[in-house]
Amino acid sequence: MLEINDIQVAYGRVQALFGVSLTAKPGEILCILGRNGAGKTTIMKSIMGLLPLMSGSIHLDGEEISALPAHKIPTRRVGYVPQGRRLFSELTVAENIEMGMMTCKSDEDTRDWVLDIFPRLRERLQQQASTLSGGEQQMLATARALCLRPKVLLLDEPTEGLQPSMIEQIRQVVVRMRDDGVAVILVEQRVDAVLSIADQVAFIEHGQTREMLAAAELRADPQKIHQYLGV
Amino acid sequence: MDFGPHLLLASLEGAVTAAILALTAMGLSIVFGVMRVVNVAHGEFYMLGAVIAWWVTSLVGGHPAIGFVLALGIAPLVVGLMAAAADKLILQKINYDPDRTIVATIGLMYIIQQTTLMTFGPDARPVQPPFNTRLALPWFEYGESGFAMVWPWGLSITSYKLFVIVAAVAILTTLWLVITRSKIGLIMRATQLDSETAQAFGVPVDRVYMWVFGLGAGLAAVGAVLVVPIQQAHYLMGHDPLLLAFITVIIGGLGSLPGTIIAAILIGMSDGVISVFFSPTLAKIIATLVVAMVLAFRPQGLLGRSVH
Repeated sequence: MLEINDIQVAYGRVQALFGVSLTAKPGEILCILGRNGAGKTTIMKSIMGLLPLMSGSIHLDGEEISALPAHKIPTRRVGYVPQGRRLFSELTVAENIEMGMMTCKSDEDTRDWVLDIFPRLRERLQQQASTLSGGEQQMLATARALCLRPKVLLLDEPTEGLQPSMIEQIRQVVVRMRDDGVAVILVEQRVDAVLSIADQVAFIEHGQTREMLAAAELRADPQKIHQYLGV
Repeated sequence: MDFGPHLLLASLEGAVTAAILALTAMGLSIVFGVMRVVNVAHGEFYMLGAVIAWWVTSLVGGHPAIGFVLALGIAPLVVGLMAAAADKLILQKINYDPDRTIVATIGLMYIIQQTTLMTFGPDARPVQPPFNTRLALPWFEYGESGFAMVWPWGLSITSYKLFVIVAAVAILTTLWLVITRSKIGLIMRATQLDSETAQAFGVPVDRVYMWVFGLGAGLAAVGAVLVVPIQQAHYLMGHDPLLLAFITVIIGGLGSLPGTIIAAILIGMSDGVISVFFSPTLAKIIATLVVAMVLAFRPQGLLGRSVH
């Protein structure tokens, strides 16, 4: 279980998070919703230790991961699919996957497991990552994170700029990970893309958690979506 | 001597310069490529390599080859460790901020230079080459009886200079294999492309930076150990290599390793040829002019990619 406890975070002197608390449980998809600039990506980066916390703490299964150096956090099996994919663009598909494999020193079975989930990547192992199509790049970014055999999977706008068939594939993988007992945290702009698969929904506004509720409630009463997102 | 043999001689001298330059510039290029750090103290790490080589060889008696081999092992290692320490104690503390990094490495340059002056002294000191046979080179001439092989007077190279070329090629090939084939190389390339994401996949970026800085300085030191039997060790000897290395890295394309090699060959060869036929100063003038032209018309260099 990943617990974020009242964190405050700043980029240099500009504070971006003013008290965010979230809980992601294994086998559940937590969806973080909020307007542009609300601090969704900042939350993801804070979990990964890429931004220093001013106050608050983040625990994973009882261990305070926010006290670890940033490069140690992924070794606790926290897989990160960053916004804009952030592949190692000039490396090949195989090398990008290798970077994920090295993080937790995963075995060969893991590589096969990941490539079975994304068979398209197996055909393109020697291709440079930047030459892949948008959908394939998203597959690779997801595959790289899955190489850690994650306990927690962070996905930051994974469907951004993808065609519907690709969105569907990524969704299926996310649901599969949830069913395998992974705690999934999903950041999305597009409510319709996630509401059907989310278990919990957190609304973020001005760098603060406004409300956390079960997705079923929200599906029954979409009023809150209008309130927080204005759509 | 006729033009042909003269040109061959100049090209061989140029090849020696190119070999040393390729090693030195490669160090600068790797540091800039991976860390985006402009290391103004690079020439001083080169100088330290030469001074330590002199120190090691003067302590070790016996055949010059023993001291030289030891120097080739010890000097780059010591210089690399010193640079890694400088990275940890200085550059990491200022968070690799570009402006402060330049100022910090300028400071480092003077500290190293003046410390060497106070301890090693102002003299230029020679290191004996491990072997130094003069090899006469043949030339072909069309005479009365058709093509004939002649041995023009003065057309020769020493076995040591040939060794420098071969050694540089061997070291750079090894480096290339490490960077493109090994896990360490993969981590370096990933850090170069996106250090934040690399960190999110378990790469200890601080430690990678520290050892890359050490590796860069170590490469300069290797170049210096190879050159010191030809050139002598002196506390101000780092200036020219620094300038030439910068020129090479800019022309080759910042951070592009193949570009750095190509540029080192171009500049080293032209430096050798122009120095033999005209003057070394003219060679530097032309090289600097070429940099100005490259910056004006192809700012990303020969093989560099435009900044994304």
